[in-house]
Amino acid sequence: MIEKLVYYFSFPYVRYAFIVGLLVAVCSALLGVTLVLKRYSFIGDGLSHVAFGGIAIAAVTGITNDMIVVLPVTIISAVLLLSAGTNAKIKGDAAVAMISVGALAIGYLLMNIFNVSGNISGDVCTTLFGSTSILTLQESEVWLCIILSVVIVLAFLIFYNRIFAVTFDENFARAVGTRVNFYNLMIAVLIAVIIVLAMNLVGSLLISALVIFPALSAMRIYKSFRSVTICSVVLSVICATLGLLIAILEGTPVGSTIVAVDIVAFFACCLIGRLTRQA
Amino acid sequence: MAQLICKDLALGYDGEVIQDKLNFKVEQGDYLCIVGENGSGKSTLMKTILGLTKPMGGEVSFGDELTPKTIGYLPQQTLVQRDFPASVWEIVLSGCQGRGDKRFFYTGEDKALARTNMERMDIWGLKNRCYRELSGGQQQRVLLARALCATKKMLLLDEPVTGLDPKVASELYQVVSDLNRKDHISVIMISHDIQAAVQYAKHILHIGNRNFYGTRDEYVSSTLGKQFIRFEVGEEA
Ligand SMILES: Nc1ncnc2c1ncn2[C@@H]1O[C@H](COP(=O)(O)OP(=O)(O)O)[C@@H](O)[C@H]1O
Ligand SMILES: [Mg+2]
Repeated sequence: MIEKLVYYFSFPYVRYAFIVGLLVAVCSALLGVTLVLKRYSFIGDGLSHVAFGGIAIAAVTGITNDMIVVLPVTIISAVLLLSAGTNAKIKGDAAVAMISVGALAIGYLLMNIFNVSGNISGDVCTTLFGSTSILTLQESEVWLCIILSVVIVLAFLIFYNRIFAVTFDENFARAVGTRVNFYNLMIAVLIAVIIVLAMNLVGSLLISALVIFPALSAMRIYKSFRSVTICSVVLSVICATLGLLIAILEGTPVGSTIVAVDIVAFFACCLIGRLTRQA
Repeated sequence: MAQLICKDLALGYDGEVIQDKLNFKVEQGDYLCIVGENGSGKSTLMKTILGLTKPMGGEVSFGDELTPKTIGYLPQQTLVQRDFPASVWEIVLSGCQGRGDKRFFYTGEDKALARTNMERMDIWGLKNRCYRELSGGQQQRVLLARALCATKKMLLLDEPVTGLDPKVASELYQVVSDLNRKDHISVIMISHDIQAAVQYAKHILHIGNRNFYGTRDEYVSSTLGKQFIRFEVGEEA
């Protein structure tokens, strides 16, 4: 098995997939805690559908590096979704459902009408669920991923105390002069970036799982914001590593394998949480 | 010079006025209780004082070097907070976020202040405990310690004893009363508990269909006060 792995790792695209996979795991887990606690999961869900629409547009217009289209489209949608979700007048969740399902439908429609590659169901499946085999990332995409991940991690570390404050109690934070709207916006933009990064790896339907599962798992066991955050990052990295290794060795689809490992970890954490509480 | 003056203040959301013509002021060391029916705009008044909601008219002005940022606020509890994984220490420390503008990390001074206020609230021993696993009374002490990190002068407490059993509630009233008398921190408290309000407060602001502002004694002898006290006490019995 080790030999087999060493053999696989001699291919650059396997190494690329690993690097991207681990970076995405770290970033999504970092923001996942906030997302879950702020009840912003809907934004993650909505955005992943928007990203799908973005990919469709990129494919149709023949832009090869789809990040150029998908990144700005997703970020703008994040801002829109955030203001819709927190605006009491427009029914928040209805607006979100509208945008996300709309993007999904338009994306599929575009892909059908402008049948670029001749294999629509294959393309759609790949965008929704990630590549079936280990993916084919360009070196430039890997670099972009590294840079964006560094930005996300730095932003999280620098603003950690502010993120905690606006997550725990917006009203109090605002009362003592913290610019809550700015930080909410920042969180939404960071989520958008993570979703675009993760899209290539796990596909747009499965991103939410990557963001939400580690946080929910960690919350079963740990009781402070800091320990939950650290635990969810560690857990996410372990799950991503296991998932990637299984995917490489067994040839299973990368995204769903990682998510499957995340699910197993979640139940394990539920069990541990219950046992430690009784003890 | 009063610390806080509200002049012809009108409250509301999105152009809709809930309350109009509120006039009152708070001097240093005052203890003002705000009473009134549910939905009469008590919480909105606090948010307007803090600048979280824009006034629909009139003005809020501050004296004695007080600003909205240096008021300690204990919001009405929301459901989100109740299952939030956060340690007591993390929460109290977040009360220091308004001190020092462009800093993103807490200083040793912030941490010392958080510790002092936790000891003041008698919760230093709970430092590493999870907030959601504390009793209701302990949770309110945590939020009170956090509010104290933000202020030296004035506390705004939105229904701090709601949901607590009577013994714990009276302990909390005592804590607040001590802060008011010994440390000369002005207190504005929203309360459903009219008996405690008339027991501890110096002034009463009643908002509802009719408004009243005056000293406690004036309120107790006013027709509005008599009605409301009889009504509330009757409801509890
Ligand atoms: N964010 C908001 N947007 C619009 N209306 C609101 C908002 N918050 C409260 N209200 C309305 O304002 C009125 C006063 O609410 P509130 O100040 O919370 O009352 P109280 O604290 O006295 O029970 C209520 O009718 C409530 O429905
Ligand atoms: Mg209220």
